[in-house]
Amino acid sequence: MMISKELKAIYFISLKDIKSYYFKPPNISWGIIFPMAMALAFYLRNPTKMIDLIPGLLGMTILFGSTSMEAVVITFERRLGSFERLLLAPVSLAGVLMGKIIGGAFFGFIVACAVLIASLFVFSFPNFDLIRLVPSLVLSSMAFSALGGFISVAVKEVFEAQTLANLFRFPMIFLSGVFIPIETLPLPVRVISYLLPLTYSAESLRNSLLIPRNIVPYWVSIFVLAAFSLALYWMSVKVLKKRLG
Amino acid sequence: MENKSALTVEGLTKYYNSFLAVDHIHFQVRRGEIFGFLGPNGAGKTTTIRMLCGLITPSDGKANIMGFDIQKETVEVKRRIGVVPEISNLYEELTSFENLVFMGQLYGVPKSHLGKRAEELIQLIRLEGKKDALFSALSKGMKRNLTIAAALVHDPPLIFLDEPTSGLDVVNSRNLRTMIRQFNQRGTTIFLTTHNIEEANLLCHRIAVIVKGKIIAVDTPEALKKSVQEKSMVELGMENPNLPDLLDSIKAFDGVDTVSRRQGRFVIGFKGGPPWGSFLQYLQERGVSVTSVNTLQPTLEDAFVKITGLDREIMMMEKEGKKG
Repeated sequence: MMISKELKAIYFISLKDIKSYYFKPPNISWGIIFPMAMALAFYLRNPTKMIDLIPGLLGMTILFGSTSMEAVVITFERRLGSFERLLLAPVSLAGVLMGKIIGGAFFGFIVACAVLIASLFVFSFPNFDLIRLVPSLVLSSMAFSALGGFISVAVKEVFEAQTLANLFRFPMIFLSGVFIPIETLPLPVRVISYLLPLTYSAESLRNSLLIPRNIVPYWVSIFVLAAFSLALYWMSVKVLKKRLG
Repeated sequence: MENKSALTVEGLTKYYNSFLAVDHIHFQVRRGEIFGFLGPNGAGKTTTIRMLCGLITPSDGKANIMGFDIQKETVEVKRRIGVVPEISNLYEELTSFENLVFMGQLYGVPKSHLGKRAEELIQLIRLEGKKDALFSALSKGMKRNLTIAAALVHDPPLIFLDEPTSGLDVVNSRNLRTMIRQFNQRGTTIFLTTHNIEEANLLCHRIAVIVKGKIIAVDTPEALKKSVQEKSMVELGMENPNLPDLLDSIKAFDGVDTVSRRQGRFVIGFKGGPPWGSFLQYLQERGVSVTSVNTLQPTLEDAFVKITGLDREIMMMEKEGKKG
């Protein structure tokens, strides 16, 4: 009974965020246009290798889609005081944060699906593994949204959240094998690559789309993405609890 | 046996690092009463309310609401309380109706009743014309009323109101006080924090006075006033108040403790009950003709000043009260 009430509250928190924040034109454009612009820049440089970029591009779309709003939404609501309404409701703090993170993850997932469908038509993939693709997309969305949630609770001001989000996102684009293969990076940089969730998102998606350029086995990537999701979520709950006193 | 207490607080304490914000407070709120939590700014009122609502963790002590421990059964406590924070903090991007529905969803109000309940509350706060207006577009008074309605959406037996009339104009404040009395008449227990002494006097059945994190008195407004009444105060109107040396003559009467002039009248404090017969004769002998006699009762503000010794802070509170 209690669990069912908690789950319902989580669902309504996510639904409210999705309606109020995520499916608004500025957020959609930031979630889609930025990864597209980056992809176009690389395409113009080397059109023949575009198909290899698709998994990384998808991972990046989820990263930007999930974090662009998620990284500021809690900070924003805390500034306005409306976040306190959620804390006053009969939902645990972990439940409130889960609702917030699911909202961001859902948006990241939907935007990635849109980009994927467009890519399937444009590049006509010969084959892909749907059973592997869905967990890849879901766990990538959860990991990146949890990252956004963590950023959101770790800072006080909205501009700090945006700065911190970019501090995580931009290095990831270049160090996670999205555009530059990890195996070509110098060893110290490669160590950093293996610490970034986008590496595992791109690897799992490459595996799902049957692109033969893998350095991490599929199940390892899936496990690491799940671990990132849980660790970032757990850290967000801890940090927020501490901040609230 | 039915538990008559809506809220029991035992030794509740809150430290912010080394700063002691709330210092081992004890009190009880009975079911069905309006309980005032009165104190100057920074006394620990909001910290106490935030601990009771589960927003912050107490450093020490315990409390239970409707029989549920605030720390061990926080979610059960939250189901049974409605909270109106000092700032009207609903969602700016949602309409009045959507805000109430969203709050109802969070509190698990069944879908079949939710729309009707939201409509009822909108009628109660007389906001029918603004049902579909965004929260951001409402006036300050309307926002306040909608925030109160949001706290009532799940029909809680206990409501916390933190400085409810703060920043409202006279008309909105009066309407809000009427609304609070109506909720109470329907059986809802009200916990009201305020720095407005008159508001506490008008609304509350009992009052706890908190200063610097400590509760220094808990009683009815009448009992608090009586507790500081050490002498009988009377105000006399006279036909000829400007007779020479009149003030000194009154002061010289045996039994008179203090005398002061207030706009042509004399405010006299007697040690014990006034000996009317001999006192009026004494005045008559000196050519004084008394035209009116008023017995003065101490106000809650007098009681507050006496209990807390915070005369200067009272002045600050009055200024704050006049802002709205």
